[in-house]
Amino acid sequence: MLRVEARHQLGDLVLDVELVVEHGSCLALAGPSGAGKTSLLRIAAGLLRPEQGHVAANGETWLDTHRGIDVPAEQRRCGYVFQHYALFPHLTAWQNVAYALHGLPRSERRARAGELLERFGLAARADARPHTLSGGERQRVAVARALARSPEVLLLDEPLSALDARTRAAAARELGEVLRESAAPTLLVTHDFAEAAQLGDRVGIIDQGRVVQEGTPTELAAAPRSAFVADFTGAVVLTGLARPGPAGVTYVDLDGGGNVTSTDAAHGIVAVSVYPWEIVIEPAGEEAHGSADNRLPVEVLSVTTVGSRVRVGLGGVQPLVAEVTRASAERLRLEPGVRVIATWKAAATRLVGL
Amino acid sequence: MTGRAWFPVLLGVCLAVALTFLTLPVVAIFVDSSPGELISSLGEEGALDALWLSLRCTAASIAIILLVGTPAAYLLATRSFRGKALVVTLIELPLVLPPAVAGIALLAAVGPEGILGGAIDAAGIQLSFATAGVVVALTFVSSPFYVRQAMAAFAAVDRSLLDASRTLGASEARGFLRVMIPVAVPGLAAGTALALGRALGEFGATLMFAGSFQGITQTVPLAIYDRFSTDFDAALALSAVLVAVSAAILLAVKLVRGGEALGVAPR
Repeated sequence: MLRVEARHQLGDLVLDVELVVEHGSCLALAGPSGAGKTSLLRIAAGLLRPEQGHVAANGETWLDTHRGIDVPAEQRRCGYVFQHYALFPHLTAWQNVAYALHGLPRSERRARAGELLERFGLAARADARPHTLSGGERQRVAVARALARSPEVLLLDEPLSALDARTRAAAARELGEVLRESAAPTLLVTHDFAEAAQLGDRVGIIDQGRVVQEGTPTELAAAPRSAFVADFTGAVVLTGLARPGPAGVTYVDLDGGGNVTSTDAAHGIVAVSVYPWEIVIEPAGEEAHGSADNRLPVEVLSVTTVGSRVRVGLGGVQPLVAEVTRASAERLRLEPGVRVIATWKAAATRLVGL
Repeated sequence: MTGRAWFPVLLGVCLAVALTFLTLPVVAIFVDSSPGELISSLGEEGALDALWLSLRCTAASIAIILLVGTPAAYLLATRSFRGKALVVTLIELPLVLPPAVAGIALLAAVGPEGILGGAIDAAGIQLSFATAGVVVALTFVSSPFYVRQAMAAFAAVDRSLLDASRTLGASEARGFLRVMIPVAVPGLAAGTALALGRALGEFGATLMFAGSFQGITQTVPLAIYDRFSTDFDAALALSAVLVAVSAAILLAVKLVRGGEALGVAPR
């Protein structure tokens, strides 16, 4: 378990955070740049000493400003993946990984580094220097290097943001697998809610130095506590299997049942995203009319008012979130347990290959 | 001439003037001294002594500068503290001191009558009018060239590399040796070359502080000055040697910088 409590002045911003990450779990903090995300990771790693703070990993105190405890960064067993990876440019891939293994005999370091690189599909690139590696390869070397010391805590700073859009989906999937396998409590920060939702078991929204809300991705999207969280959480994401349909559209068979139509071209496993404000709620039992191609029967799970808008958490085979006006919510008598139909247009449905 | 063409022509003319002005004297040294004369003047005992002394003193001085200046430059580049600007200015001060002033300053500090003269004498060290004094003079005038360049080189290294080194369990000392120095090598090499060039050509401070005794304190620039009034050909030959050595250093630095893209690997 990782506990981080910190109060620290960062220019105009006061970082004031208290969070807990359970063993084997990943907490993804999402927030805009300048919210204090990187500083929080640096505090956990011992690279930044907060004015007041307490950091403990697996029962061991790393920082306690009251008692004057501050374990130096090199003695905290943190695997840290830096935003631009911070690979040593003068060392090869295996030497980068082996840097974490000093103290072992050279042959053993080489062997251990080789094993790690092989696990990340980089065995053939072991002797390459960082500048000859692709973005995705660099990211994997950085993760392999961070894991080399069998860290007690894993910290990742925007692990996917340096990658181009095409590499990102595959890298996110691979990283997700690595994080699921790892028993170390993991703290990940990102400016992208979808990325946080994909990689984190729980997601925290950080704004102006504070974690304004924490929960599962669906909880946050369905019941945002503030307009900021509502805007930041953005699109609903469903998963399914795409196949070509007639007249250029794509059908997606959703995991768990049901299907939706999109005007995007895709095939194979995809993420389907749609913005909550694109979803129209109709009373159950009504016939299809209008131009919305996608109709899913769902049950209202939660109704949360955010300013003039109402966020409606919907449970079906996969959770959905719709955003409607207060007047509509009252007219439709939306409350938990009511069965409705969520509809939206194929043209408002984005597909991203996974 | 059309209205648009005059500017490139002006640029070209300025370059030609600068190139001629800067290379003509150097070329003249080699034109004036025939290879035969060059070799025979080097055969003279005093010339070889001067060359050997220059190389030894410069090597010793560069070794001291690298050993002390590299960590000092790293500290200045990676930490901020009150009065840092003042410290940097003090370190750079010898850059703007006239060589004669540097010589006087050294005499006042560590000369026989200087403020530390007694202590140095008591320690059994002879600096003034001794070879060790030459090394002191060379180090004094050339170290700022290295420290300045090394500071810039360390400051240009991505700080997250040092952070990464620490999160991977390496002490700061290990990060300094295994990451910062290798990554900063091109800049450190450029600084070394500047200091080397300055040390090899040092004249005024050495003359004032250490004197000009053949085989003891008479480095190549002092030997050139010594021969200048009596044996111009010998002075010319020694000058040619100094030019050749300096040019070789400059070239070596360019090669190191060219190799930067290939990366410099410590095993």
